[in-house]
Amino acid sequence: MKQILEGSQAISQTINNIKPAVISAYPITPQTHIVEDLARLKSDGQADYEYVRAESEFAAASIVLGASAAGARVYTATSSQGLLLMTEVIFNIAGMRLPVVLTCANRGVSAPITIWNDHQDVMTVRDAGWVLLFAEDHQEAVAQHILAYKIAEQAKLPVMVNVDGFVLTHTYEDVAIPTAAEIKKYLPDISPAKGEFLDVDNPASFGTFAAPAYYMEIRQELHNDLSDSKKLINSEYEKLKKTIPEAVKKNEANTKINNGLIEYYGPKNPKTVLIALGSLVGTIKDAVDETGDTGVIKIKCLRPFPEKDILSVLKKAKYAAVIEKAVSLGASVGPIAMEIKAAAQGNIKTKIRSFAVGLGGRDITRSMIKGIIADAKKNGDKIKFVGKLK
Amino acid sequence: MHQIRIHGRGGQGVVTAAELIAIAAFNDGRKSQAFPSFGVERTGAPIEAFARIDDKPIRRREHIYEPDVLIIQDSSLLSSVPVDKGCNKKTMVIINTAKQKTEIKINLPPKNIYVIDATKIALEEIGRNIVNTVILGAFARVTGLVSLESLKKAVLQKFADKPDLADKNIKAVEKAYNL
Repeated sequence: MKQILEGSQAISQTINNIKPAVISAYPITPQTHIVEDLARLKSDGQADYEYVRAESEFAAASIVLGASAAGARVYTATSSQGLLLMTEVIFNIAGMRLPVVLTCANRGVSAPITIWNDHQDVMTVRDAGWVLLFAEDHQEAVAQHILAYKIAEQAKLPVMVNVDGFVLTHTYEDVAIPTAAEIKKYLPDISPAKGEFLDVDNPASFGTFAAPAYYMEIRQELHNDLSDSKKLINSEYEKLKKTIPEAVKKNEANTKINNGLIEYYGPKNPKTVLIALGSLVGTIKDAVDETGDTGVIKIKCLRPFPEKDILSVLKKAKYAAVIEKAVSLGASVGPIAMEIKAAAQGNIKTKIRSFAVGLGGRDITRSMIKGIIADAKKNGDKIKFVGKLK
Repeated sequence: MHQIRIHGRGGQGVVTAAELIAIAAFNDGRKSQAFPSFGVERTGAPIEAFARIDDKPIRRREHIYEPDVLIIQDSSLLSSVPVDKGCNKKTMVIINTAKQKTEIKINLPPKNIYVIDATKIALEEIGRNIVNTVILGAFARVTGLVSLESLKKAVLQKFADKPDLADKNIKAVEKAYNL
């Protein structure tokens, strides 16, 4: 049943229905209503989890790390500086192969101080070993949280669901939240195997010392498992669609590809393809509908990186523009543009340009997107910052 | 698609007003969206919030630059903020003021200007100078974009944990609607 909710509420209600055993968070800016709502649900007696109010984001991440190592289903949420403060623990969670799920309500980073949306926060932990999902709207955020637990608990990999701070977290729109019973049909209770969690009867160690003779293979295994999880993400996405159809965002008329990793929206043979993540894709879809020869690839999963899916669409286009709410300071192009250029090298002939938009919450308009479509056809090797409002 | 932009000051319930419009439109069975302009929301600072109503899913997330309806909760903004930016000759504006519409300085055709002394109604019905729900009563009446029933239901939903306040706000909405 559809409701109209703020993005934060949609996520907190979904999390409550997923039934984690332990939630820990630090409640001060840059936090969102997600953990405020989860704390309220607990204090109102509508939730079964332990809610641990931590003294910092570092502590919140450490608490969910510990609880996850003890075999519990866990949850935390953060943003921006909060994610930066968690960084050390974020790497440890992945290295210990703990199925932690975290919502990052994406925001910019200091300095200067900003509380507004962009993707600079998540890019700092891009290489930490987490599955990184990005949601376009409330419904996609709901589905990705359910999917996140299934992937995390099967692949023993942590999953971060990225939702644009303010743009999704503070926006009201309609969304269907599956019930706890519906979710349970898809996502069974967590049951870590003997020896895979902290248990006095079956002692195990996590995150132990690894000498040069072992460390490299352990990191390579994490890399291989994360890369190989693409198949699982796609198959679980299909299973989720079958098991709880109303939880999953429906394909639109111009959607040509839609799996767990990417969506392609636009003409069959586009002249130009735009590539973007998250809520920006909604505005882009409206803009490309007004052009006719342009399509958009929405990257739903940034890690593992779906280079094959992206190239299969990109190769048809003459021009491509990677539109990012992030910048790799001092590099010639944006972080995702780098990866796409690397994947394209020697494989396809599409001309790829890099654009930065929306840093620190600057509004991104359809007219900016149309400007980028025009610019994609021009020469240029360097990232272009597009932020001028008409 | 109908686009509504609300101007007011921090503490006047500007964001709540946009949310109530979206909830009411949803109650009417339509698609809707509401979001704030994400400013630094200090009490008294000029702020904006946006709502969109349509019969198909709303995808765009950009701010509203060309509103079909403009709501001005605090008429002192008329002289300090370019509230009429992006308006056209069809844009309807609803202003909270004790003045007559001929006295309002805004660059829009007089037939599109609606004035309501929402402050007076708010003080009478709610006992506080919170004008957002009052002005929405006028919004429902003059634009017809949301039904009175759905708006009242939205107020009940939004103030579900404060039934007294919900009742007072509903009375204020009805009074403004029936003016």
